[in-house]
Amino acid sequence: MSKSPAVRLGRGFVYLILAVGAILTLVPLVWLVASTTKSNDDMFHYTFFAPHFTAVNFTSLFTKMPFVNYIMNSLFVASTTVLVQLFFSSLAGFALAKYEFKGKRVIIVIMLSTMLIPGQVLMAPLYELINHLGMMDSWSGLIVPGAVSVFGIFLFRQSIMQVPNELLQAGRIDGCSEFRIYWDIVMPVSRPMIGAFCLISFMGSWNSFLWPQIILHNRTLYTLPVALNQLRDLYSNQYGTLMAGTLLSILPVVILFLLLQKEFVAGLTAGAVKG
Amino acid sequence: MREASFHRLQHRYAPYLFVSPFIILFSVFGVYPIFKSLLLSLYITNGPSDHVFVGLGNFKFLLGDPDFHTAVKNTVIFALCSVFLQLPLSLGLAILLSQKWLKGREFFRLAFFAPQLVGQAFVAVLFGVLFVPKFGIVNQALAAVFGMPDDTKWLQNPSLVMPALVFTSLWMYVGFNMIYFLAALQGVDTELYEAAKVDGANSWQQFLAVTVPGIRPVAVFVLVTATIGSFQLFELPYILLNNSAGPNKSGLTLVMYLFQTGFVSGDLGYASAVGWTLAIGVLVISLFQMRITGAWKGDNA
Repeated sequence: MSKSPAVRLGRGFVYLILAVGAILTLVPLVWLVASTTKSNDDMFHYTFFAPHFTAVNFTSLFTKMPFVNYIMNSLFVASTTVLVQLFFSSLAGFALAKYEFKGKRVIIVIMLSTMLIPGQVLMAPLYELINHLGMMDSWSGLIVPGAVSVFGIFLFRQSIMQVPNELLQAGRIDGCSEFRIYWDIVMPVSRPMIGAFCLISFMGSWNSFLWPQIILHNRTLYTLPVALNQLRDLYSNQYGTLMAGTLLSILPVVILFLLLQKEFVAGLTAGAVKG
Repeated sequence: MREASFHRLQHRYAPYLFVSPFIILFSVFGVYPIFKSLLLSLYITNGPSDHVFVGLGNFKFLLGDPDFHTAVKNTVIFALCSVFLQLPLSLGLAILLSQKWLKGREFFRLAFFAPQLVGQAFVAVLFGVLFVPKFGIVNQALAAVFGMPDDTKWLQNPSLVMPALVFTSLWMYVGFNMIYFLAALQGVDTELYEAAKVDGANSWQQFLAVTVPGIRPVAVFVLVTATIGSFQLFELPYILLNNSAGPNKSGLTLVMYLFQTGFVSGDLGYASAVGWTLAIGVLVISLFQMRITGAWKGDNA
């Protein structure tokens, strides 16, 4: 059965809208990639790629400034934050999902109500506290206050509630300690949620700008967003170098996303849909 | 025998042990600062030791400060534009993408979502170059497609800063919110559409009678979180406008105001007052949104 002309026209129109939307969305990213391969003379001479590629933007990024250092800083801060958040959130999420204990309701209510308060409210007292604890101008000042994720606890609580109690009970009969049940039974079956959480948490830490900007003064400690913002001040007309730095700053998140794509979308929408 | 009692004991105390690392950190870095910032908001501070009690003086000063008014105005305009432009676009794209006959759905979904992977600070650096007069691709495209002049100074002209911010945020978030709507649309029972068709409902009537109620919980969630997110706007204007509030403070947002008063001028007490004003404003707006969208009616929300 062939479609009527009206239906075909309608469908063609839908494809047209989607194509225009996709082009508008992708052009900035394509331009970003193209700009890193052009010399400053070619930068605006060719809209996208120039006939001759150059690596000069990347070499100047690595020779004129400690860009490798910044990448390593960001990698260290983000992965540490992810690991610590993952451990604390899943452990607490497990306890809140599978045990009845005194104070459980109170904990949940307090967590929920703090979620209503924007993080910026805490910045001034946190700054005082971090200063007081001697964590100013250090990575611990980034990692320690960010070690717990209330969002993560709810994410894990929700997914661990789906784990059948029989599975945990079987572990107990086999003589597993409660921690082994968490480590050997609950964590392996929560793998999709772990994937989603790792990506969300990594992106949060990797892209964070305001707090690192406030507490890091020593340039050698800068994470990528702070470093790149400074780079932009210093090299405002060397677009190629700046864009090379931007591209390299985005790449790790893109790679992680491609690895964890499926889990990510599932985790992202779990809270909203099942809510 | 001893083994069994060990197991009972550790089963009883395990949950306390499991939540304790969280409780300790959360109390110190989550709960304590909330109360501390309430207290701080009653002081004028200058450095860690210089605290002067002013009662509600900070709030009084804030309400009369023209910069605060500018920040509120900009933030509210940005939030309104974000919500009323972004969400219909997100929903529209999601509806198009959920058509059963569509080919290449995965590609489109990935393409629209891609900007979300770029952190706001990096987006700001990128768009700072895209908005460059004459050579920037935004002006080039506008000149090529609509014949507009190519020397529009998006980030230097106070009346164009907000459109530039809104445009950039559309680029960042339309695809992100689309993912939520897509998931919600997939959850709508297809039999309901069949039933509506049998009753003679046209597409628009089907949309109102089946789609809208079906996606309402998710739509409310997206509405509320998108609004909260746009009230927290900071990195994008701050970096895009060269670490400033822009010409005539046209890009000054509430969080930027908080940052400048608290961490540039160094009055943490005043910054706390700004923070609480923001928190209360956001809370009131969220509650209002949930009320008018009927999120509290029925228990499926």
